[in-house]
Amino acid sequence: MAATNALLVIIRHAPHSSNWLREGLDAALVAAAFGQPVHLLFMGKGILALLKEQGSGAPGQKATLPTIDMLEMYDIDKLWVTKEALQNMHLSTDSLVDGVTLIAEREVAGLLQQHTKILNF
Amino acid sequence: MMQYGLLVMGAPYSSPAPHSALRFAHAVLDRGHQVAGVFFYHDGVHNASSLMAPPQDELNLHDAWIELHQQHAIPLDVCIAAALRRGLMSESEAQRHGKQAFNIASPFELTGLGQLLELQQRSARFITFA
Repeated sequence: MAATNALLVIIRHAPHSSNWLREGLDAALVAAAFGQPVHLLFMGKGILALLKEQGSGAPGQKATLPTIDMLEMYDIDKLWVTKEALQNMHLSTDSLVDGVTLIAEREVAGLLQQHTKILNF
Repeated sequence: MMQYGLLVMGAPYSSPAPHSALRFAHAVLDRGHQVAGVFFYHDGVHNASSLMAPPQDELNLHDAWIELHQQHAIPLDVCIAAALRRGLMSESEAQRHGKQAFNIASPFELTGLGQLLELQQRSARFITFA
């Protein structure tokens, strides 16, 4: 793939452990709302954000899955997940929301090279 | 000469990120480059608190950012949503939310994430400190 003008947002934190996921997704949504193409890459514990059967967090914590479900409305349809992250957590793609694209970890370097704009959460 | 943009997402005294960002800013300026702006997001918004009062023999990061602004006219933008969530606000936001105190004042500016994207857009190098 050739160089792209899209913003790559990297998510590396699980829901509810901190505010990283929520604020990372906020940045992605704002960029998309401003008309910028946005690609998402989920690595490590970040893939837990994509579990389709997750509920809300510990009592009183807002669920993040509705934000994931909203991505499509913002034309964010590139959701990359590394196979290694899935394997490490003994998860299969069946447990994730639809529309996820699996890539190998060794392809990540290429992705980083193609994107001139990257935000890392 | 190159334009650098800085994104700070760590809180002072909890994370080394703000201190590293500040030292980095001075280093690029010393080498004749420019810093187009600093954006504070996530826990980085705590850098903007005018109420921080570390012991006198420690660096006051809030004051250090202001000094950077005064010397080089570098914009210091703070994400308003991340700030409000964490109890940081300007006088006008305090009034709007019925709060008795405020801790963000000029030259720090409360702004939206659009400013972050705009800063990234006009920076040749955009560096995250988290």
